[in-house]
Amino acid sequence: MEFTHETLVAFSKTFGLFYLIALSIGVLIYAYRPKNKERFERAATSIFGNEDRPCR
Amino acid sequence: MGHLTQGERELALLTGALLLALGMLMMVMAWGDPLSVHGAMFGFSGAAVMAVTLRGMFAPAPDENRFASYYDAPSKAGIVIAMIWGVFAMFIGDWVAWLLVFPEMTFDAGWASFGRLRPVHTTGVIFGFGGNALIATSFHVVQRTCRTRLPDQFSPWFVLLGYNLFCLIAVSGYMLGVTQSKEYAEPEWYADIWLVIVWVAYFLLYMRTLARRNEPHIYVANWYFLAFILVVAILHIVNGLAVPVSAFSAKSYSAFSGVQDAMTQWWYGHNAVAFFLTAGFLGMMYYYLPMQAGRPIYSYRTSIVSFWGITFFYMWAGSHHLHYTALPFWVQTLGMSFSIMLLIPSWASAANALLTLNGAWDKVRTDATLRFMALAAIFYGLSTFEGSFMAIRPVNALSHYTDWTVGHVHAGALGWVALIVFGAFYAATPKLWKCERMYSPGLIEVHFWLALSGTLIYVFAMWNSGIIQGLMWRTYNDGGTLAYSFMDSVNAMYPYYIARAFGGLLFLLGAVVGLYNIVMTIRTAADTLSEAEDRPLGPILEPAE
Repeated sequence: MEFTHETLVAFSKTFGLFYLIALSIGVLIYAYRPKNKERFERAATSIFGNEDRPCR
Repeated sequence: MGHLTQGERELALLTGALLLALGMLMMVMAWGDPLSVHGAMFGFSGAAVMAVTLRGMFAPAPDENRFASYYDAPSKAGIVIAMIWGVFAMFIGDWVAWLLVFPEMTFDAGWASFGRLRPVHTTGVIFGFGGNALIATSFHVVQRTCRTRLPDQFSPWFVLLGYNLFCLIAVSGYMLGVTQSKEYAEPEWYADIWLVIVWVAYFLLYMRTLARRNEPHIYVANWYFLAFILVVAILHIVNGLAVPVSAFSAKSYSAFSGVQDAMTQWWYGHNAVAFFLTAGFLGMMYYYLPMQAGRPIYSYRTSIVSFWGITFFYMWAGSHHLHYTALPFWVQTLGMSFSIMLLIPSWASAANALLTLNGAWDKVRTDATLRFMALAAIFYGLSTFEGSFMAIRPVNALSHYTDWTVGHVHAGALGWVALIVFGAFYAATPKLWKCERMYSPGLIEVHFWLALSGTLIYVFAMWNSGIIQGLMWRTYNDGGTLAYSFMDSVNAMYPYYIARAFGGLLFLLGAVVGLYNIVMTIRTAADTLSEAEDRPLGPILEPAE
């Protein structure tokens, strides 16, 4: 197959579109999955321990 | 030197020796070329490293228990260096602003011309001030959020000092006339190679620290810092691809030509905005803002979604810098679409920051440090909206090549980047030097109002002048020819250039006040605090093992 400007355009207009949509859906599921809720809430407060001393 | 182990001291000595040898070789072989001056700078740096190392070679070995405490010395140095770069480069920025008002102020010297001083300003503020601030705060944040110490004592110094050597080579080169003429990527090939070495060391250091973490989850700030480090490496390597005229010549030619070169440059240029000036500073915001407000980030989940949105959308936005050029139309449209889409993750981040402050607005009123961060988030929201708007092709027809672009950049650089840095520094400095608060909270207030009024004056002046410029360039008379000559539009800018230079002066004065406050905090920091208070979770605390 000849690798031309058109090949590149076709590739970006198909694969580019689909992988970005798939990625968006994947990220949304990961972030908003109820199962992960607790994990992220813990992460958000994890920075607050005494920052000068070890703690968990 | 007392911090470094014996092996690290030997490594430092070897690095210094290699730098000295390479510098000498460059200096001698390139005699007569600007490269020899930079060879001398490499060599001098190497000699300085060797001298310092040799002096401390036989100092007592560092504490065996060092892994039970954080390693903050490089962060401390980075904060002071960043503030010095900030004052220097903002001074140069204000200087070139006055140069536009009084164009004859160049003393007939090449180094003092606008074309050479402007990159000194941009490199100085972006890389000197911003870069050092990112390195300093990333070391601070990664240790705290991972509850672990940096893995060794040599590489943080190599990264910090090597990076500053790059900045000095870059800035001195511009004054000598050395440039590869790529905006925000002006340094020539040898400086680029040196930065790659430093940057890879930075990446490895960050990864090694993450690998040692005692916290199971990698806090979101680290994701942003890591995206900043990784993507800047990719951008810098690809855009910097060039063939030097000879091994001992400062001049090189880009591997790209024509519209490909332009596209590569603005893929780099816009992602430098995205990953250097946005991702890294968002990392800063996601740590220091919740800490200072005493509240966790409003929505951790949204911060994850915005992270992936920002990293994947920004990559495609660069072509909006090339509207109405030889670039294929669909690539322009692609850049425009992604720029508009970027508003979603950008505003999600800004809203996340501001919603975090809900319930802490009383602190924003009384605590200027937190107010710096809150205002930074507001300016982040404003300038990302403006950026998406300006990327729309017909809007760009009015705004491109005008001062509006300069105003937009400074709304982001002063309003967002500099304010979040000042906020983070005022939050981190008392903690790092282990004192209760900054030397003078009153001076933080002074700095805040100087910075805010300076930014507003600057941005409003440039909005006015930019839109007037854009309109004058596209106004036709009844005969169908342009109504104004280019010089007419230049003369019309005069009052705005004075206002802009004045706004910049206020901002510069604020930075001077900030530097003074930080230096005085360090000088008065009580040396009574015990080291024992400040330690990460280390193996030493798990005697069961």
